[in-house]
Amino acid sequence: MAEPGTAEPVIRLVDVDRVFPAEPPVHALRGTSLRVAAGDYVAVNGPSGSGKSTLLNTLGLLDRPTSGRYLLDGIDTTTLPDGERTRLRGGRIGFVFQSFHLLQHRPVLENVMLAEVYRQPPTNLRKGRRARAAQALERVGMGHRADFPPNRLSGGERQRVAVARALLGRPSLLLCDEPTGNLDGHNTTLLLDLFDELREQGLTIVVSTHEDEVSSRAGRRVRIIDGVLREE
Amino acid sequence: MDPRDLCAEAVAGVLARPLRTALTTLGTVLGIATLVITLGVAATAGNRIVGRFDELTATAITVEVPQSEDGPLVGWDAPAELTRLRGVASAAAVAQNEGDTDLTVTANRLVDPTRVSGRNLAVVAATVDLPAAVRGRVSAGRFYDEGHVLRRDRVVVLGADAARMVGVSRLADGPAVFIGERAYSVIGILSDLGRDQALSTAVIVPPGIGADFGLKDVTRVLVNTRLGAAELIAGQLPRALSPARSGELHVITPPSPTRARDAVEGDLNGLFLILGLVSLVVGAVGIANATLVTVLERTSEIGLRRALGAARRHVAAQFLVESTLIGLTGGVIGASVGVVAVVAVAAVRQWTPVLDIAPVLAAPAAGALVGLLAGLYPALRAARMEPVDALR
Ligand SMILES: Nc1ncnc2c1ncn2[C@@H]1O[C@H](COP(=O)(O)OP(=O)(O)O)[C@@H](O)[C@H]1O
Ligand SMILES: [Mg+2]
Repeated sequence: MAEPGTAEPVIRLVDVDRVFPAEPPVHALRGTSLRVAAGDYVAVNGPSGSGKSTLLNTLGLLDRPTSGRYLLDGIDTTTLPDGERTRLRGGRIGFVFQSFHLLQHRPVLENVMLAEVYRQPPTNLRKGRRARAAQALERVGMGHRADFPPNRLSGGERQRVAVARALLGRPSLLLCDEPTGNLDGHNTTLLLDLFDELREQGLTIVVSTHEDEVSSRAGRRVRIIDGVLREE
Repeated sequence: MDPRDLCAEAVAGVLARPLRTALTTLGTVLGIATLVITLGVAATAGNRIVGRFDELTATAITVEVPQSEDGPLVGWDAPAELTRLRGVASAAAVAQNEGDTDLTVTANRLVDPTRVSGRNLAVVAATVDLPAAVRGRVSAGRFYDEGHVLRRDRVVVLGADAARMVGVSRLADGPAVFIGERAYSVIGILSDLGRDQALSTAVIVPPGIGADFGLKDVTRVLVNTRLGAAELIAGQLPRALSPARSGELHVITPPSPTRARDAVEGDLNGLFLILGLVSLVVGAVGIANATLVTVLERTSEIGLRRALGAARRHVAAQFLVESTLIGLTGGVIGASVGVVAVVAVAAVRQWTPVLDIAPVLAAPAAGALVGLLAGLYPALRAARMEPVDALR
């Protein structure tokens, strides 16, 4: 499947459309093609309602394209059954959401550990999971908050915990949908510093945003308007 | 998914809202407790009634002796022989005419000539052990003894009701009764008969005297056994009473205790069992409702779990295990409450608590089943959610 002479990209999106059935139908993605190589740091920039979330949901296998093809790590996901897509999603993709999505009733460490619960063996072992989660928290500078309930953390701290959860199990792709949407300027800067570190460690990152500060820190910027994607 | 992870996630989900979980559990607690109490109290009460049978009836044997042309089947000395059998507590032989052959009995003092004091009463001949054999009490005077029998003294003992009917209450002034033309001294009154209460209206005479009234041969033998010996003794009685013609005797044994118990349990419980089942259904609806609310509240959690790689079946399993846990907890608490209540009821009534272990052990399983069934629809709803919608 790999084209001769080039390494297999993490993301290969070929002519993808996503149409939501409505009156009239909503074309959230139109003829979208995108390649993201391993280690890339891509910012998807666009105003509200332009299709950023739809794009990231498609990349994260949470949503299926209406037409076109999507290859993740060279695997054509468009023809895969639901179960296979779920397995790929759990094993290869880490998500960070604008609203954090932490479980309020569980301490920070358990929130991070949750990332391994639905993995396939042998990456779901209970043995050592606590230590691995603690290590992921150290990596985002939150090791000292392991036993806190999420509602005692600031927004910036919560998002770091969410990043730690996404990093557990070493995904090949980190998808962040407006991760700074609920953060103030200082916390935004801290989170972007963290993304820089992760990129230096070789992680592939796709971040959606409508803030220039975020997109300017990425290695590569694409712009999406009314479902149409363009390189900047 | 590791089953231990599934359980841990479900337990965490249930404990996240402790108050709601407690309230949700209540319906199942009530239902299971009602069922356990119903079964337990019925078994306990049933046992009590069997206990009364033991005391009064389960040790009482009657042997009917048919009259025969070829001489008496059972002699008057037979009861004395019987008491040598191990397990026999007391025994007496009785002779009584068949059918309506009561004799006119009159007290000696005719206080009021207009009053009809003559009464038709049964006259019965009995051996000296009769008071013990009918579990009665000699409330006044005494019962006749072997001396009276040997001397053929013309003495009688009145059953308590017979005494009242002929107007004899005090024995100090040596009352007598006339049976037919002849006078007999009344030496005692026999009261509070535990069995063969018909004798309470009879005039009881010693065996030798009975011959005056055609009461020559033994017609009935009353035997009381020690607890639990009735069946064994009943088997031995005919040969002991009449070795040569034992087959002609008719032995009447107490009803078996199990039959008594079944009869008691059968009619007592229908209503309460239905009540318990209704409570269980209400409990199930409660669990279903609470789980459904939980599913809707935790939409974003469901979305998150799907994003982390949970398949639909993992999401369904989580909510099923949660509702099952709630049902199981209700079952365990309900069974405990039920057992405590049964013991308390038994203590207050001074009964021996009896509770089959089977329903107590089955109660938690029944609660879990209720929870499982109640969780089916909410779990299905949770599994059907699209991750994108759930995360929005
Ligand atoms: N499930 C849906 N049904 C109908 N329209 C939808 C649905 N999801 C998104 N849309 C529409 O698709 C467009 C893109 O949405 P979205 O990807 O969420 O934009 P963004 O994340 O850039 O704000 C919007 O016009 C939105 O209203
Ligand atoms: Mg969006």
